[in-house]
Amino acid sequence: MQVVAQSQRVAAAPSGTGRWLRDVIGIVLIIAAGMAGYFLFPDNLALLTRVIAVALLVLSIDLITGYCGVATLGQASLFGAGAYAAGIACVNGVTEPVTLIVIGAFAGAVAGLLMGTIMLRAHGLAQLVLSIAIVQLFHEAANKASAYTGGSDGLAGLMVSPLFGMFEFDLWGRTAYLFGLTLLILVFIVLKFVVSSPFGMLCRGIKQDPIRIRAMGSFVFPVLLKMFVISGAVAGMGGALAAISTQVVGLDSVSFELSANALVMLVLGGLGTLYGALVGTVIFMGFEHIVSAINPFHWMTMVGALLIAVVLAAPGGLSGLLDRFSASGKRAKRGKA
Amino acid sequence: MQTVLSIAIDAFAYGMALFIICIGLSLTMGLMRVVNLAHGAFAMIAGYIASYAARDLGMGYAVAIFLAIIGTVIISIPLERLLYRRIYGSPELTQVLMTIGITLCVIGITNYFFGPTLKTIPLPGSLSQPIDVGFKTIAAHRLFVMACGVVVAGGLWFLIEKTDFGIKLRATVDNAAMADALGVRTQVVYAVSFAIAIGLAALGGVVGAEFLPIEPYYALRYMVTFLVVVSVGGAGSIPGAVVACLLLGAVDTTGRYLMPEFGNFFFYAAVIAIVCVFPRGFFGRAQ
Repeated sequence: MQVVAQSQRVAAAPSGTGRWLRDVIGIVLIIAAGMAGYFLFPDNLALLTRVIAVALLVLSIDLITGYCGVATLGQASLFGAGAYAAGIACVNGVTEPVTLIVIGAFAGAVAGLLMGTIMLRAHGLAQLVLSIAIVQLFHEAANKASAYTGGSDGLAGLMVSPLFGMFEFDLWGRTAYLFGLTLLILVFIVLKFVVSSPFGMLCRGIKQDPIRIRAMGSFVFPVLLKMFVISGAVAGMGGALAAISTQVVGLDSVSFELSANALVMLVLGGLGTLYGALVGTVIFMGFEHIVSAINPFHWMTMVGALLIAVVLAAPGGLSGLLDRFSASGKRAKRGKA
Repeated sequence: MQTVLSIAIDAFAYGMALFIICIGLSLTMGLMRVVNLAHGAFAMIAGYIASYAARDLGMGYAVAIFLAIIGTVIISIPLERLLYRRIYGSPELTQVLMTIGITLCVIGITNYFFGPTLKTIPLPGSLSQPIDVGFKTIAAHRLFVMACGVVVAGGLWFLIEKTDFGIKLRATVDNAAMADALGVRTQVVYAVSFAIAIGLAALGGVVGAEFLPIEPYYALRYMVTFLVVVSVGGAGSIPGAVVACLLLGAVDTTGRYLMPEFGNFFFYAAVIAIVCVFPRGFFGRAQ
């Protein structure tokens, strides 16, 4: 039993230099993919910026669902909190983009604290339902407080000043895209450190067996709440980025649909790896974009069929599929040797 | 006083319509441990079949209900065989992904065949007129829905508590492996209870069409409502589902009557309050 546990741990955390090398390669690949998107699709930069904003949201779900085992269908409430906070600040005269992102992160973190405090009272299905109820309440609140949020018309007229006073947010969305890409990469690097820190390991331990972690003498609730706050900050930054790049904040940014889509993207990409979150977002949104352009009536059927196919063919998500391939490749190599 | 009475009657009828649909979902989730988010999709299919039969083919209401139930169950059998059977015992998130996929497919396909308009199911004359019950006149349809709800609750209670099948069902819920070893054919029990659940969804979809109108996004729009009601009641519990449906139906209807501009606010506020006090739902069992 002990031997099995040890070998599992070794498999989960490849040692020292190998992991560093892998992470550096991974981040270089993300930068490369981002730049490729910039040069290959110069007409679709607005969509690509949206993908980055949603990717931040999906990463934030991965933190609490993939690393802590707390399923949520209400993460858009944190995304929306960031978006509305940045939007309201912008309308009221704070137009510096980096400041807006910080405001969004702060609002998301506060909303995450609130949401975590409520959600962590329950377990399992009840927890999932609480998250749905929270996002619906946020939605109604944003709808009712139309004096601040514009209600169902949305909050329009965000005039963001140039980045560092030099780079204007242009009509083609070049600045917004590069700004978003930089933000995503910075967040990704920070999150890589967070999830491999002792704190991140403790979260994974809680996901596997909260009772044993409690028996070891550490507290479960504060650790999870801390992860909720971090996750809220990430989601809030995504919301703020969406607000800055589109210059409008709509009610759909606090909707159940956005939360559900984001969770689907995460499960599609694979839980518990930050790369899975990015891959799932890009594939889901790309697929949706292409299919709805080809045939606007059937995109729902196609997306549904994609989801069913993923569950049948790759139960661990697409990155799980990759792991399986690489594992069988290694086994084949070992077989030869 | 009149307002209070009419709110109470509407709330009761609405709660019963919710109950008929949700009890099926509660069975699937409590018994088979499948988070079937596509449950509403089956209610929607039934609504479309009933609407087609009653409006386009001119059949009677009873025949339309019957056809809808049979048709939906027939559609669900291959789905159970090919798709659901693979996700029994999977993690919840996998089940959510799969059933959302099924829901989206059903929506897309019904949209293709029936168009994006709202479908009505014409009521027969005897159900569309008001009936005088002494202190008040009530729409006959409301009474019909209430009666259906009571019959469904009673029938299920009898089935689960008093029949042979019910004993096997409860044994399978408690310990599937042991029931299997004792000679209960658990696969058959699963299949039959899945069919019952879908049949109830179909009945609820048709009967409740006055409250939850049949339209292409029905399955998505009410997916959350159904899931919420079931978890508030406690998955797998009939009394829990009754209490949850009546309570949440009352909160929702009262909110809509008195403060319509708040939308779903009171519904979800009540849900948060209830789940905080009863984390397993009203009559949920400890896992």
